[in-house]
Parts: sequence; structure tokens; C-alpha cells
Amino acid sequence: MKIPQVSVFVSNRPGRLQAVCRSLADAGVNLLSLTLADSGEFGLIRLIVNNPEKAVDVLAKAGLSATITDVVACPVNAAIGGLAELLSTAVGSQQIDYMYAYPSTLNGSNIMILRFQDTDKAIEALKATNFKAIDKEELFKNT
Amino acid sequence: MRSTAWNDEENRVLPEMALDFMPEDKLRELQLQRLRATVKLAYEKVPLFRERMDEKGVKPDDIKTLADISKVPFSMKKDLRDTYPYGLFAVDLSEVVRLHASSGTTGKPIVVGYTKEDMEVWAQVVKRGLLACGFRSTDIVQNFYGYGLFTGGLGIHGGFEALGATVIPISGGNTERQVMLMKDFGVTAVGGTPSYFVRIIDVAEKMGVDIRSLNVKRGIFGAEPWSDGMRDYIEEKTGIKAYDIYGLSEIVGPGVGCECECRDGIHIFEDHFYPEIIDPETLEPLPDGEEGELVISTLSKKAMPILRYRTRDITAIEKTKCKCGRTIRRIRRIGRRSDDMIIMRGVNVFPSQIETALLRAEKALPHYQIVLDTKNNMDTLEVKVEVSRDMVSDSMGAMEQLNKKFKHSIEQILGISVIVTLCEPDSLPRSEGKAKRVVDNRKKM
Repeated sequence: MKIPQVSVFVSNRPGRLQAVCRSLADAGVNLLSLTLADSGEFGLIRLIVNNPEKAVDVLAKAGLSATITDVVACPVNAAIGGLAELLSTAVGSQQIDYMYAYPSTLNGSNIMILRFQDTDKAIEALKATNFKAIDKEELFKNT
Repeated sequence: MRSTAWNDEENRVLPEMALDFMPEDKLRELQLQRLRATVKLAYEKVPLFRERMDEKGVKPDDIKTLADISKVPFSMKKDLRDTYPYGLFAVDLSEVVRLHASSGTTGKPIVVGYTKEDMEVWAQVVKRGLLACGFRSTDIVQNFYGYGLFTGGLGIHGGFEALGATVIPISGGNTERQVMLMKDFGVTAVGGTPSYFVRIIDVAEKMGVDIRSLNVKRGIFGAEPWSDGMRDYIEEKTGIKAYDIYGLSEIVGPGVGCECECRDGIHIFEDHFYPEIIDPETLEPLPDGEEGELVISTLSKKAMPILRYRTRDITAIEKTKCKCGRTIRRIRRIGRRSDDMIIMRGVNVFPSQIETALLRAEKALPHYQIVLDTKNNMDTLEVKVEVSRDMVSDSMGAMEQLNKKFKHSIEQILGISVIVTLCEPDSLPRSEGKAKRVVDNRKKM
């Protein structure tokens, strides 16, 4: 149920996002979702890609440090209150470090990418709800 | 504990090492004889040395004991620049078989020359150092010191070749290929700058190659000061034993001195290089055991004899004998150079302190650079640290914590506030495999 996410460390200056995307594109790595976090001097680019290990290698060759961590992909209803509904279940009591939307739909639902402090516990909590964590194969099946 | 450091398997001193174990009175006698000849050669053939000695009213014949060396005037890097390119040569160029030069990043390069005999001496001192550290003719050596005008590459090469080892003259750069050859060629020994080896360790890790699982047993490192922490890091990561070789181009290149298996200081090859320690302020000689600036005179160089050269390296000559039994004296490992010293808001800062702080914080040795600047009339010290793969986290909080950890560790050691900036890998400049540790952009008053 865990989705591997690639996080890339970049300096906060023009052209860095482009460099990351270009290296991945040239290596044929498909980018499904991306979010940026920044703090003045540097930033983190978090990516969901179809081939995370390859992405890390490709980025290393381009002189970029990247790491893989597990996140959870979860469908949410696009209607008003969809995310609130998810968070009102047992999942909401878990420590969420950050979350971002995966800008496409799967079986008619929007997808949120969530990073929990304890991924296993969060997946367990999700099982008790109507929100089923999406597995890797399903997420990448069209890539 | 009985040391077997300098013994081979039959438990005896190898004949090539005999000069390191010469009876002390014989060694001093040889030094005096060679010093007198060198002073005479310099006086007769090199105008700069003659003028300086004449100014002080010193004649070559005034050197009657080794202590009389204090009558001889000093020389320094500026003298090599001022006499560029051949002004300090004591022989005709037809006798010079090799030239080396510094990179000259700070103006004109300095040029050094060697006669055929000088080349032989150079190879022999490097070889003696390598033998003392346990390298043998059976070694397959990857030499990633830079080849070319820099004395490092060809100097170490010559020593290994004299030893009879198999040398791979790969030079610096193309790090992935370095890792590939290390593995494929069954390399047993490496040589180069410690900062570049740390880079190789990083790249090997990225390639999924564990250096511990390869055949590499020993490394000889030099050309830049490196801390004991860096040595521990290298040894832990690779399982090799790392040894320090000391030298400077002005004197001969690598091989002025070298550690032995005891790794308790650097033995100076005293039959060829005469070491003194002076107080860098008063310029007075200091007794053994006291810390000051290392001054070296060549004792056998023919192409370019150098008298009392101020190395700017801060160290002390050890008073005690090394366990290995060598009679040639040791200096403490060089942790700092007087011209590496940064004066920051009245506090003396050495790059080696920052290295120690980074190691303490992360148990890793990232590539770093110190940038000094003036902002709003205040001098600032910024430490740029390259973020390696093991340091990246997906959490901003963790990255900021990393930054704080480095900052805190550095400030604890230096006692002044610093700025830490995390940078991408390979974004900080490196030259000839030597790390460029300090950039000073401060406004000069």
C-alpha cells in the first residue's frame, strides 16, 4: 500500500526544477505528481514517479542528492467536504507531516498524497474506513 | 607491545630502509656535511641567496655546526615568485630534467626544477615513506593525485615505481571510472588528496560499490591538511589504512616526510631535508617539542637548493623517539597552516576546526567551503556544505534541523556565530583534486 516518493534536494535558484525534470525526462522516467517545499536557501522537490530507483540514480548522475520515502495515496471525493470526511476518520488522528494532491483521478476520485509520521499505522487506520489506500501497481498501471 | 611496523615478514629492517635507522651521530655528521655543501652551492650559484647572506655578513665557511644554520637567512614563497621562472636554479638548464609549477591561481606560478640526481632522490624518499607505511612491490596502486605540473601525481608515481609496485596513473577526475577500475583492476593501494578520496567514497556508494569488499588495503594521502577525524571517516567507510605523506613543491614535492606504521607523527627524511621550528613572530629557532612554523632546508638538491624555507605549516618536532625505532625525527601531523588561518572578528579560525565540527555533527564528511564576506559593515563567515544522498530527507523540518546541527557544532568549536548554507552536491569548486576551502570576499579596510 506504500507509495515510494522521491525527494530531491535543490538550491533555491532559477533553473533547478527544470534541471530535475529534464534529467528525468531524458531517462524516460514518468512524472505523476510533484510538490515543492522551500526555505529561503534551499528547497525539496517531492516526486511520485513510475520508477523511483531509476529516478534517484539518474538524479545522482546529474549531481543531485535524492532519497526515497514512503507515502500513502488515498482517493478523496472531489465534492465539498471530501477531504474533511477523510480526516474525520481514524486517519485524522495520525500525525500527518504534509499532504498534497495528485492531479489526476483514479476511478472517478481525486487522489491525495499523504505523508504520515508512521506510515504503517496510518495504512492500518485507513483499512477501517471507506478510504482505501491505493497500491503502487494501481497508481502506476497506465504509465 | 612489540612493534613490527618496520619489519618485513622475516622480522628485520629491509635494506632500503637502512637510512631511516642510521645512528644519530652519523646522521648529524651527514647532515652537516650536506648542509655545508648546499649553502656553498646556493651562495656560489644563486644570486638571491648570495645577496641575502652578504647582507647578513655570513659566508658559507661560517657554517661549522648544524646550529650555525640559524645564521643563514630565510627564504619564502615570494622569493620563488620574484625570481620566476629560473632565478633560483643553481645549475644550467641543460642539467635540469624536469620542471614542475604551481597552478598560479594567485598570480605567477612558482617553478621548481630537478636534475637527474634530484629525481632519483625524490623517488627514493617517496619510496622510503611508502615502505614505512607498509606498501610493497606487490601493490597495485591507483594514483589519483593530479598528474601534470603539480608535483603530487608524478612525485607519488615515481615513488611507487621505484618501489616496484604496479602503478595506474589515473590522475584525478572521472570518479565513476575511478570506482570501476578500483574494482576491476583489483587495486590494493590508493594515493591522492584525502578530499578527493572522500568524493570517490561517495560516488562508490551511489554506484552500490562497497569499498570494504574490494582488495584495497592502504592509502597514501597528502597535499592538503586533513584531520584525524577525516582519517577515521575514511578508514571506517572503506576499511583501508590511511597514511599521511608530507611535502611541498618548493622543497621537492611529496616525500619531504611520511608517516610510518605507528602513525604517530611524520618522519622527515632528514638525510635530505633539514627541519627546524621557529617562532613565526620573532623568527627565533624553537627547541624540539615546541610548536611553531616549520622551516626546511634542502640538503642534497642540486638544481634548486633551498635554504631555510618558511613552509607556513604549524607543527612541532617530536622530542621522543618513535616506537618504530627510526632515528630520523618526526614532526606532528600538520593540522593547520599559518596562511590558512582566518582572522574573523579577532578570532583565529582554521578550516580544520570546521572539518572537525562537521564530522561531529553528522558522522559524515561533506564537501564544504568557507566564504568570508562583509555585510552591513559586519564580517560574516558562511560555511557552505554540500548535501550528500544520506543527508537528504523528504521533511523540510529535518533539513532545517540538519542545518542547525551543523551551525551549532561549528559555533561551539569556533565561539563565533556562523551562517550555514546547504548546497547541492558538486556545486562547490575543487581544483587539481585539492579542495579550495576558503574564499575571502571581505572588503579590505
